[in-house]
Amino acid sequence: MILVWLIIVLLSGGMLCWITARWRPMAAKWIALCAVLADLAILLNIWLQYGKGVQAGTGTWMIQYQTAWIPSFGISFHVAIDGLSLILLLLTFFLGTLAVLCSWKEIKSRAGFYYFNLLWTLAGISGVFVALDLFLFYFFWEVMLVPMYLLILIWGDKNRRYAAYKFFIFTQAGGLLMLLSILSLYFIHGAQSGSYSYDYFSLLNTQLEPAAAKWIMMGFMIAFVIKLPMVPFHSWLPDAHSEAPTAGSLILAGLLLKTGAYGIIRFVLPLFHQAAVDIAWWAMLFGVIGIIYGALMAFAQTDIKRLIAYTSVSHMGFVLTGIFAFREIAMQGVVMQIVTHGISTGALFVLAGMIKERLHTRDISQMGGLWTSMPAMGGVAMLFTMASLGLPVLGNFIAEFLILMGTFQANVLLTVLASTGLVFSALYSLRMMQKVFLGPVTSGEKLTDITAREMIILATLSIAIILLGLYPQTVMDVVLSKK
Amino acid sequence: MNHQQLMALLPFMVLATASIVIILLIAFRQGHTVIQVTGFLMMCLVIFTMWYVRDVLPQTIMPLLIVDGYGALFTGLIIFCVLVVGLFSYIYFEEREENPREYYILIFLSTLGAAILTISRHFISFFIGLELLSVSLYALIAYLRTRNNAVEAGVKYLLLAALTSAFLLFGMALIYMDAGSMDFSAIAQKLHTAEQSSPLFLLGFSLMMIAVGFKLALVPFHLWAADVYQGAPPPVASFIATVSKIGVFAVLLRFAQELHLQNNHSIMTIISVIAMFSMISGNILALRQQNIKRLLAYSSIAHFGYLLVAFLPGNSAGVEAAAFYLIAYAVTILIAFGVIILLSAKDKDAERLSLYRGLFWEKPFVAIVLAVALLSLAGIPLTAGFIGKFYVLMAGVQQQAWLPVIVLVVTSVIGLYYYLRIISTLFADVSVAIQKEKRLHPFFYAASYAALVVLVLLLLGFGVMPAIIIPGIKQFLLIGN
Repeated sequence: MILVWLIIVLLSGGMLCWITARWRPMAAKWIALCAVLADLAILLNIWLQYGKGVQAGTGTWMIQYQTAWIPSFGISFHVAIDGLSLILLLLTFFLGTLAVLCSWKEIKSRAGFYYFNLLWTLAGISGVFVALDLFLFYFFWEVMLVPMYLLILIWGDKNRRYAAYKFFIFTQAGGLLMLLSILSLYFIHGAQSGSYSYDYFSLLNTQLEPAAAKWIMMGFMIAFVIKLPMVPFHSWLPDAHSEAPTAGSLILAGLLLKTGAYGIIRFVLPLFHQAAVDIAWWAMLFGVIGIIYGALMAFAQTDIKRLIAYTSVSHMGFVLTGIFAFREIAMQGVVMQIVTHGISTGALFVLAGMIKERLHTRDISQMGGLWTSMPAMGGVAMLFTMASLGLPVLGNFIAEFLILMGTFQANVLLTVLASTGLVFSALYSLRMMQKVFLGPVTSGEKLTDITAREMIILATLSIAIILLGLYPQTVMDVVLSKK
Repeated sequence: MNHQQLMALLPFMVLATASIVIILLIAFRQGHTVIQVTGFLMMCLVIFTMWYVRDVLPQTIMPLLIVDGYGALFTGLIIFCVLVVGLFSYIYFEEREENPREYYILIFLSTLGAAILTISRHFISFFIGLELLSVSLYALIAYLRTRNNAVEAGVKYLLLAALTSAFLLFGMALIYMDAGSMDFSAIAQKLHTAEQSSPLFLLGFSLMMIAVGFKLALVPFHLWAADVYQGAPPPVASFIATVSKIGVFAVLLRFAQELHLQNNHSIMTIISVIAMFSMISGNILALRQQNIKRLLAYSSIAHFGYLLVAFLPGNSAGVEAAAFYLIAYAVTILIAFGVIILLSAKDKDAERLSLYRGLFWEKPFVAIVLAVALLSLAGIPLTAGFIGKFYVLMAGVQQQAWLPVIVLVVTSVIGLYYYLRIISTLFADVSVAIQKEKRLHPFFYAASYAALVVLVLLLLGFGVMPAIIIPGIKQFLLIGN
């Protein structure tokens, strides 16, 4: 039941923000902050309670809750968390808190409705991470879509309408294919067992013919790789990321992309194991293409947010490659990558948002020498640029290293190609750093360095990324119980 | 006809009396308000009598009618729609140039036609119901006759409806020639004994499909839809979108169920082709549409294409899916037209999309209501439209009708674009205020707002908790089966 409360707190918090903002516009952000912090506290409590048990290896699922929802279709409200969900939920509320904080000053108009959408997006995402009924999963998958769409549409930049449409339509197209697959699976399972159910554990027992399994899996895969995104399906991402408000980019990059990876790990691999093994080579290939393509595109960008968006494509390529290597060690790397990418890329988007707030542009060519006026921000930016290019001591290094180690056992050639991605990442990261913070000063304005509020955001992110680099075992221990 | 059969027909008799009562009220020179209130009470009385006679169902009134749970479900839906349409009509016509009183006679006659369709089991009652429905609609569509588009729309509908009625009669005659009966169950028996369906029957059914396709605005018989939706007063357009289509679809579904048409391969091919073309053209035609009434017309073409996918399996799951989809669709489209009516100015309907720019910041309530309705049309979760689409997909996947199902999925993604276009307009920055000169009858405004609230709550309720209504639908459909 505690899991349901996690979602209810966000949903009702959102409603409250909207309602109270009519009379007290300032109250909305405080309510939003309290709601996310409350959830974060609940989750930390769960972690402390069950964390020990997990390490000892008792039971995979820490908390389960199930109640009938639409009994005539065999749909139940079934939520549960294991280590993987726990880590992702922690990430959700951690980044959620920061998203509220970094909207503090940016959002001046219609704040109530803004925080409503923000919290509802977070609710949808947390629902995705806990749902164990496939209908429920699809339900949350769509619920996170509409408020995110509104966030981009109303508070985005110039080209926001186009970006919002593209984001919505791409995701919805994948989602509907997934719905078809879910339905097919439901009927095949029902015909075999006589009991029609969307429950994850029942569907795990379905015997599928190879051809059927392949088609059904493709439906799921398309939905997930669009979200991830994999290269031919990535074109919504740069638009959505660059047009969204800062908090929107933070949530998109930090959390929404992760739902794709989570979906593959949670649903595709267990439900269609053999079919997944069959396409493993192709999936890894596309992952590697993503790594290199994303890096090259990032190198060519002049818009700072688009640049960061393309680095996401590159980093998520590692995730795809790692998952389909089918090696324990690569999978651990994937989980690390999910967490560290969420933090490092999230931080870069926050920085980009702060720069934009000061310079009112996203164009790199109009920036330069920002270090002189904002040394503190420059330092933090340096830290996260290094994290993004995979410098040891920082979290991303561990993740990419583990993934490459795992994939090396699976396919040497692709691993070698993937490793070149690290070189390219150095290229685009250093170019960004040089153009923005180093070099001659181009802007004559007097710029203020980071404020106390921004300091809190950036400091938490920095501490998190360094801790993850030094003690990656903590994350792996929590997730390990899944295996 | 015995007592129980008379009891079963009681709701329909009350419905028929409604028109006569309105005529008498007009003869005694009563005002619009009195007529409106009386009409509203009469419709409530119809619903009450339906509840009152529920125990005597099912009753077959030989040879024309059968009052069973199926008929009661669809008649109930029709009456519900008329209640809402009537309420919206009041504020719309109270401000308009025409005397609105005769309008209610026509609306109730038309409703009677649709209700007869849902309980007909014979070609004669089928045809009478359909004609009763259409003849009143001719006048209703052109009711605001001083407006440019109204007469054009009315004449267009008149000509095409008359033409397709002729096709319908011809088709019925051919089937009669083949089967020797006009009774649905007798035709079914004849077909059952025959080795395979004769070309005569196939031809007859195809000709009947022209008339049915015209009424449901399926491709390629859809050409009237946009013009009529645009030209008709919005309450009448919402009436066409809900009552008229529900009635015709109900009779089509009953005919198909009785005859087990789903086993007939060639007929199913015809229907799935029509379904696919409707989904594709409806959605594509709506893409660039700037007039919200025309847009809703094209979207309704697509939606009845989706509905035909649920029609394909021909099992109880398909019927349930169709019933749920119709309920969800009716509620949704009533909301959409309700918003248009509330926003319409005295001499011009709120049909240009540019009028809706930034509506959310001006009138948040109306804008949210409209946005929810559009999301429901697009089939996004938390709304009844999503469950409806899910139900339809479930019926299609179960039948393994892959081609129509894939077309459904692809076209709903295309359709998403124009729904999002309206929603993004609602949330756009610059706002153009829609002027309302005077506010007549605050009570009826309040009632219309209340109706919208109730409809939205229904929409969300069915979307989040479909379990509250699905057992009810199943139970209704069981009566008489």
